[in-house]
Amino acid sequence: MSTTVRHKPVDHAAAAAVFVADAPHLAFHDKRLWELRQKRDGQMHGVAEWQELRDLASAIKEHTLSQLPEYLERFEAQARANGIHVHWARDAEEHNATVLRILRAHDARTLAKSKSMLTEECEMAPFLERHGITITETDLGERIQQLDGQSPSHIVVPAVHKLRADVARVFARTIGGDPNNSDPNALAEHARMTTRPLMLDADAGMTGANFLVAETGAVVVCTNEGNADLSANLPKVHIVSAGVEKLIPRQADLGVFIRLLSRSALGSPITQYTSHFRGPRDGAEMHIILVDNGRSKRLGQADFWTSLKCIRCGACMNTCPVYRRSGGLSYGAVYSGPIGAIINPAYDPARYAALPFASTLNGSCTNVCPVRIDIHDQLYKWRRLIAEGGLLPRKKVLGLRVMGVVLASPRLYRLATASARLAVRVLPRPLLYSRLNAWGRDREVPAAPRESFAAWAARNRPAQPNARRP
Amino acid sequence: MSAREDILTALRAARPAGEHPLPDLPCFPGIEGDLLAAFQSSLAVMGGQWVRLPEGDALGAFIRARVGDGPLIRSATDELPDFPRVDAVNHPRDLENVDVAIVRARFGVAETGSVFLSDRELRVNTIAYLAQHLIVLLDPAAIVPGIADAYLRPDFADARYVSLMTGPSATADIEGVMIRGAQGVRSLTVVFANRH
Ligand code: SF4
Repeated sequence: MSTTVRHKPVDHAAAAAVFVADAPHLAFHDKRLWELRQKRDGQMHGVAEWQELRDLASAIKEHTLSQLPEYLERFEAQARANGIHVHWARDAEEHNATVLRILRAHDARTLAKSKSMLTEECEMAPFLERHGITITETDLGERIQQLDGQSPSHIVVPAVHKLRADVARVFARTIGGDPNNSDPNALAEHARMTTRPLMLDADAGMTGANFLVAETGAVVVCTNEGNADLSANLPKVHIVSAGVEKLIPRQADLGVFIRLLSRSALGSPITQYTSHFRGPRDGAEMHIILVDNGRSKRLGQADFWTSLKCIRCGACMNTCPVYRRSGGLSYGAVYSGPIGAIINPAYDPARYAALPFASTLNGSCTNVCPVRIDIHDQLYKWRRLIAEGGLLPRKKVLGLRVMGVVLASPRLYRLATASARLAVRVLPRPLLYSRLNAWGRDREVPAAPRESFAAWAARNRPAQPNARRP
Repeated sequence: MSAREDILTALRAARPAGEHPLPDLPCFPGIEGDLLAAFQSSLAVMGGQWVRLPEGDALGAFIRARVGDGPLIRSATDELPDFPRVDAVNHPRDLENVDVAIVRARFGVAETGSVFLSDRELRVNTIAYLAQHLIVLLDPAAIVPGIADAYLRPDFADARYVSLMTGPSATADIEGVMIRGAQGVRSLTVVFANRH
């Protein structure tokens, strides 16, 4: 995510419209993510201390962030003592250059990689490919996206916006296979048979990190497919890419976070593999790159620093009505959904000005967040900053200006609501659902009552003469 | 200035205001009673299987009878001297054709159905992923109630690699259809057998 290049602002609404127009994909996407949300609820109800765990997770993360330099130094010392090479990278370029340097030192031409949002953030894959490195994404969803030349659309289930027939077509076009056989079992088997040999032969392996334990120097990686453990344990070199916010103080803290992570993410009690890397195997090397890339800046923003607590579970995305109905790719950013809408503007407020508006502010994201980030409050704060900075998406400016004048005047407001009630009752459908009214595009406007609430209240509860005045 | 110094300096300058004490971790009541039964039902949720070594049966003969003579078997435990060992390889990839691997877990976790396997138990870490099927020996007396209890044990301290493994490798990345056997083992069977 380079800040030197000026990017066109993301038009979330326009991109979402394309997604919404495709009924089968939209229906599946919405259903699948809601199913993940419901499975998460089921797990939550099975853990009596769930809310206390969220309090603890939040407090541990806030504490760690407030002492981050100290914990990073502690982690580094531990990791070094365990024989791990520790590198630091101020930004994406430094991260990518470090990876390339390690690969070159080992004459490595092929890299087997498990899922890491940070490497997406650093746009590492295109950089390494320009330098002659062949990268294999080994997580199935991420592999599908790599083969299709798309970014992940969800941080936990990267290809959730695709149907099985899409996957069959992508495979047929890239790694062979029958485009008409869209049986998920056959597709997954094909991915296994074609990805495993690439892992076996890879010169180097790379994983992200879910947690870095300061006390022990351990890197904790939570996955389901076995691909991360193969990518790390097969080649002679294992590179870990980790944001500085991944730190936690104590091993015992994992007892809080591991209990929350997969339950929140997929609605399963734990991931199939919760793996702890604390040093290289005999004859192998292990490297960790600790990356800032905008995190220290965000830590200094009083309104937004707690977004660094995020453990990337995706629950806020699964529960978000806007995300479920617009798809991750419509956010035009590495991080999508509610968490993306509060992270991306920190990198480039002009480019991502539309994202904090891709929310109904219903607060559902905040309610499910396992580390209690006040996501919807931060969305609101970003809206203010974006408006104050004159970065509002153009369509919003006109509407908001009119609304501001109307809401500021009780008389105009009464007039406006009266005419709106009348309009909804008597206007012909074509006008009501025209392009001028964005709200009417995909929704039925509810039937308007004949009477306003104020009028109803005045009629039903007439002022009582002896009512006490405040 | 080095990247390290720059980052640490920037983080120090950005330190959030206010007090943010590190909380003590309470001990939640957790699973009580029959840990073995709880472990079994948790493991089933995660797609794992289990079987109990019948009283008086010899472990080697029991496993031989289950898997037959055909498949390529590798064992990482001293308890099965009649089976070929995993560590007779030069490179971790040399285990790619193993059909069935047998390992002994140090302990299990009832809350999730997980087993603790470190580089000490695995000998070659890839065995638990490259084999098509994994058999995990677990002493029914070595089951802790919860994940939080597992992390209080000293076992993590002397290992360079530990995985809490829970059922076989799995993916639901294509339309949410659950598929057991993604890149790692296709099945994981826990054999409850006392450790001697
Ligand atoms: S913001 Fe919270 S709910 Fe969203 S991905 Fe991060 S931890 Fe999960």
